[in-house]
Amino acid sequence: MNNVFVYCEIEEGQIADVSLELLTKGRSLADDLKCNLEAVVIGADLKGIEKQIIPFGVDTLWIADDKSLYPYTTLPHTSIIVKLFEEEKPQIALMGATSIGRDLGPRVSSALHSGLTADCTSLIIGDHEDKKNKKEYKDLLYQIRPAFGGNIVATIINPDCRPQMATVREGVMKKEIRSEAYKGKVKNIEVEKYVKPEDFIVKVIERHMEASKVNIKNAGIVVAGGYGVGSKENFDKLYELADVIGAEVGASRAAVDAGYASHERQIGQTGVTVRPKLYIACGISGQIQHTAGMEESSMVIAINTDKNAPINNFADYIITGDIADVIPKMIKHYKLNTK
Amino acid sequence: MKGLKIVVLAKQVPDTRNVGKDAMKADGTVNRAVLPAIFNPEDLNALEQALRLKDKYPGTEITLLTMGPGRAAEIIREGLYRGADNGILLSDRAFAGSDTLATSYALSCTLKKMGKIDIIIAGRQAIDGDTAQVGPQVAEKLALPQITYAEDVISAENGKIVVKRRIERGVETVEGTLPMVVTVNASAPECRPRNAKFVMKYKHARAVSEMQNADEDYILLHNNRPYLNIGEWSVNDIETQAEELGLTGSPTKVKAIENVVFQAKEAKVLEPSDADMDELMKELIANHTIG
Repeated sequence: MNNVFVYCEIEEGQIADVSLELLTKGRSLADDLKCNLEAVVIGADLKGIEKQIIPFGVDTLWIADDKSLYPYTTLPHTSIIVKLFEEEKPQIALMGATSIGRDLGPRVSSALHSGLTADCTSLIIGDHEDKKNKKEYKDLLYQIRPAFGGNIVATIINPDCRPQMATVREGVMKKEIRSEAYKGKVKNIEVEKYVKPEDFIVKVIERHMEASKVNIKNAGIVVAGGYGVGSKENFDKLYELADVIGAEVGASRAAVDAGYASHERQIGQTGVTVRPKLYIACGISGQIQHTAGMEESSMVIAINTDKNAPINNFADYIITGDIADVIPKMIKHYKLNTK
Repeated sequence: MKGLKIVVLAKQVPDTRNVGKDAMKADGTVNRAVLPAIFNPEDLNALEQALRLKDKYPGTEITLLTMGPGRAAEIIREGLYRGADNGILLSDRAFAGSDTLATSYALSCTLKKMGKIDIIIAGRQAIDGDTAQVGPQVAEKLALPQITYAEDVISAENGKIVVKRRIERGVETVEGTLPMVVTVNASAPECRPRNAKFVMKYKHARAVSEMQNADEDYILLHNNRPYLNIGEWSVNDIETQAEELGLTGSPTKVKAIENVVFQAKEAKVLEPSDADMDELMKELIANHTIG
């Protein structure tokens, strides 16, 4: 009772990375709280799935295995989680901040009247004193997240309602197996006792993988390249960096004209205007036609071989160097500092 | 076939691009009064989906519902200019300090009072909180099914709705029954611009709290043209349990706030060396710019 629970997402027989990362975090929270870590997996054809989950230090794994439960739809998964949480009364419940976790989490929290904090970047255990009502709380979950477009970082707590629920994005927490020989037990959920026929009101009629459309306008981070990038191969490095740090790739008119990028990525007077919190300008000289489309960026990093490039007037960081050298280093050191 | 009754949930949000020091109050809630306010971007994507359904199914009626202070009526006007039929502003001190759950509760009580609705459609999330919780929580409180991350409401006829939704690595087409709650992604088509005809018609549309200093002529204009009166409801117009509202009804509390507003400063000049790149990444991660 009152354990830490993690909802595990499954895609084509594999537990999602974000869920494994949450199991790792859940294990360490359970250690701090001296309680058990439990996991729930809901889907179809789950035979042997425990081998992927229990080594992360899971003491109890709940499995709901039925062909009606994959692919994910909201209501059956909600019904199972809500009933299970009512019975097991977890103190903490974690989910991935994915299209599944952010669909399921709020629904569950509303049904249980428990608080939910989305997209946490850090989760730690701590105490709280409510001075107004003279109440002391021990061992609460501090749910730490950026808010307000990243302008503040807030620590959120749920003093009175349980479970304390949080979602976390993929890649934020590290993933670490506790022990291949970890001993946990498996409990099978009798699906028909948890799910009602009317839960199947929404049906998935078609599903396919498809690359998302370019959306530089609303991107929080833009990595943009200019003519100075020099080649299509070098431009690919921009995509690599964007992939790693969660950015979109943009381009100056000169880069589009040179064939390095498609027109839909063009930033500037004749392209799109962007206002990201971070703009990384690579090999862009900084003609006014271009800067008109990015000058409202909150922070600008300019990478250029010319230390007098006009773009540097807009920059918070100026790196004088070659794209082919600088970008791989940025990727390397980003990875070193996040995992 | 007859038209649909659609409610678009929209929020007026502080433009998080322009955040100053006085943006937060001592209790950790947002001081909206000092920030420029805009129509939440994904709610505009939601409005566009509603307008497309109206184009497709004549007789469809679109109501824009927003909760906020008196000035939030601005986004109702913005909706009317683009083709919404009417709007309701839910405004009361009793809602102050609401987290997503208390907000969803207040909205769901309002929606219950609005009678039969076929589709409740909202943006996936608002840029001030980025939680994506209000849509699903409203659905749960009304015991309605939900379709989130929608990119295209393909059809809504004969009691059925078909929606294309964007998931991490692809797209999914789902079918459900009406009534339904739908939340719309930024990847959905942008909202159409204002229509000059509607701007002429509705430019004097006002909510009650905006009419307090109106002169007699203006009041007369509103009496003669009832469509200029934007509905404004308070907590007394809906049935609620007081303990579910505002700060009291909010399970989550803000314990601490750390400001990371970027200061204008001299540019830092870095060498393309491992040491400098490591320093840069550490700084960007520490101030939550990336990661």
